[in-house]
Amino acid sequence: MFAELLQYLLSGLTIGAIYALAGLGFSIIYNASHVINFAQGEFIMIGGMASATLTASGVPLPLAIMIGCGGAMLVGVLVAKFAVERARNASTVTLIIITIGASIFLRGVAELVWGKDFKRLDAFSGETPIQIMGASMQPQSLWVVGTAGVLIVAIGLFFARTLTGKAMLATSHNRLAAQLVGIDVKRVVLASFALSAALGAVGGAVVAPITFSYTEMGIMLGLKGFTAAVLGGLGHGPGAVAGGLIVGIAEALGAGYISSAYKDAVAFVIILAVLLFMPNGLFGKRGTERV
Amino acid sequence: MNALLHGRLTGLLALGAVIAVLPAFLPNNFYLDIAILAGFNAVVCVGLNLLIGYAGQISLGHAGFFGIGAYASGVLVGTYGWPPIVALLAGAVFVGLLAFLVAKPILRLKGHYLAMATLGIGIIVSIVLRTESGLTGGPDGMMVEPFRIFGVELYGEKVWYWVVGVLLVGVVWLSLNLIDSPMGRALRAVHGSEVAAEVVGVDTARFKVLVFVLSAVFASVAGSLFAHYAGLITPAKADFFKSIELVTMVVFGGMASTFGAVVGAVVLTLLPQALTMFQDYQQIVLGGILMATMVFMPKGLLPTLAALLPARRRA
Repeated sequence: MFAELLQYLLSGLTIGAIYALAGLGFSIIYNASHVINFAQGEFIMIGGMASATLTASGVPLPLAIMIGCGGAMLVGVLVAKFAVERARNASTVTLIIITIGASIFLRGVAELVWGKDFKRLDAFSGETPIQIMGASMQPQSLWVVGTAGVLIVAIGLFFARTLTGKAMLATSHNRLAAQLVGIDVKRVVLASFALSAALGAVGGAVVAPITFSYTEMGIMLGLKGFTAAVLGGLGHGPGAVAGGLIVGIAEALGAGYISSAYKDAVAFVIILAVLLFMPNGLFGKRGTERV
Repeated sequence: MNALLHGRLTGLLALGAVIAVLPAFLPNNFYLDIAILAGFNAVVCVGLNLLIGYAGQISLGHAGFFGIGAYASGVLVGTYGWPPIVALLAGAVFVGLLAFLVAKPILRLKGHYLAMATLGIGIIVSIVLRTESGLTGGPDGMMVEPFRIFGVELYGEKVWYWVVGVLLVGVVWLSLNLIDSPMGRALRAVHGSEVAAEVVGVDTARFKVLVFVLSAVFASVAGSLFAHYAGLITPAKADFFKSIELVTMVVFGGMASTFGAVVGAVVLTLLPQALTMFQDYQQIVLGGILMATMVFMPKGLLPTLAALLPARRRA
């Protein structure tokens, strides 16, 4: 009984950590530019595919991850510069569609470059399961949770301690005022895309040994990341992390106790319920609109 | 007012004329079939355009409503022996109620949240359709009985072409009227500035809910008829990508332009047929079109072309 529950919680925590990273990516970009970046899942895919294919051709793993991460950041900056920034004053709908277009485009390019097959990436430190009170855990899960934890703390420190981080926060509070005190808000938007892309790509690399990597791996991961961000309250960083963990754990419990076929539906049922009763998410502030 | 009415009629007559003469230029049933598919997409897009173009809201789950309509017809007629028209209406009423329930609280929120909610509904619908294979046939889909009404069976591309043509003209007529009604003006105010619209006394939430329900019902009816026409439906017709495709059509053709939505649906139904030789590049082309349209002609194809014409008064 207990072992079973623990097992579900552990696997929920693992996948939840990835949702949390994706959700955080959504929040960072949303704060800087008020754009919902539907290409977030593609950053995860780029990280997963790059590290799997590069290691397969002999590149050492850390270098492969760094290349994947750099590639994703470059793609993120290009999307921001050539699509999002150009449509700066467009409506929400327009911006959403631009990022959806970017994600379809990136998937198409990825299919050309890497093909449609599943790519395998070996687990970072073997596959001998770790036994914890009757539940077993893949060592890779520790890598996922650990990496996500380190990244989330690092992001927290970045926003709290560094000048760049504070400039990004200032921009999210008031773009015009930030501009007036000399913050280059355009660079903040580019930086937010680069940062989110890096988070996604590293997440994709560490989760690849568990999920395999393929060009469509980013679709569901990205959408779940979006639910995580909305669940926690859009633009609320710690909320997005909590949202990601909640979605991951609920999904694992739903798959274990209810039906594994409906695993992917759990996140969306939760978000619909939450939106009906708590329209600003769990931790979001009630917004007022300035005219 | 007369000029307005005139402009509205001209467009409608032009659409009717195109539909009437088109079959003469289509050499065989293969082309007729593509025209019918374009017509079904156009019906959904005209409704979706009301939501996106006039209420300024986005739905990432309209294929879900299309799917519910299609499967309502498939299951109720095939498994339970209901008359097709009753099944179609039942599907439409169900979708209307569902849309109403969801929209009521959520449309009070900003665009992002409706995107999230409709995305959720669409994905849940497609997962249910894939999973409940006892009822829906699962991922392989299910066969659907032909449409019979008053003892007449609708059969073949030639008959269905006219059915879809008439449906499209009807739907376009309905939305043109809606746009020019006081409610339509209210909707445009909602899109322009919601706060300003509220200040002058427009019940913005009520209008948004109404339009959302209407567009969902259009999708459901199109789904029901499509199921009978195709004779086979699969969950792919209800999934996230289909929803994105529908939004793409509306946006490409021109937001806030009813005929733009029709043009968008037709062009983007034809495009994959034209691109079959470039199968590998299809996603790149689609994604590229989506981005380029939004960046370079944010108003969409038809309004941008219309603006290029010498300044003529348009309705």
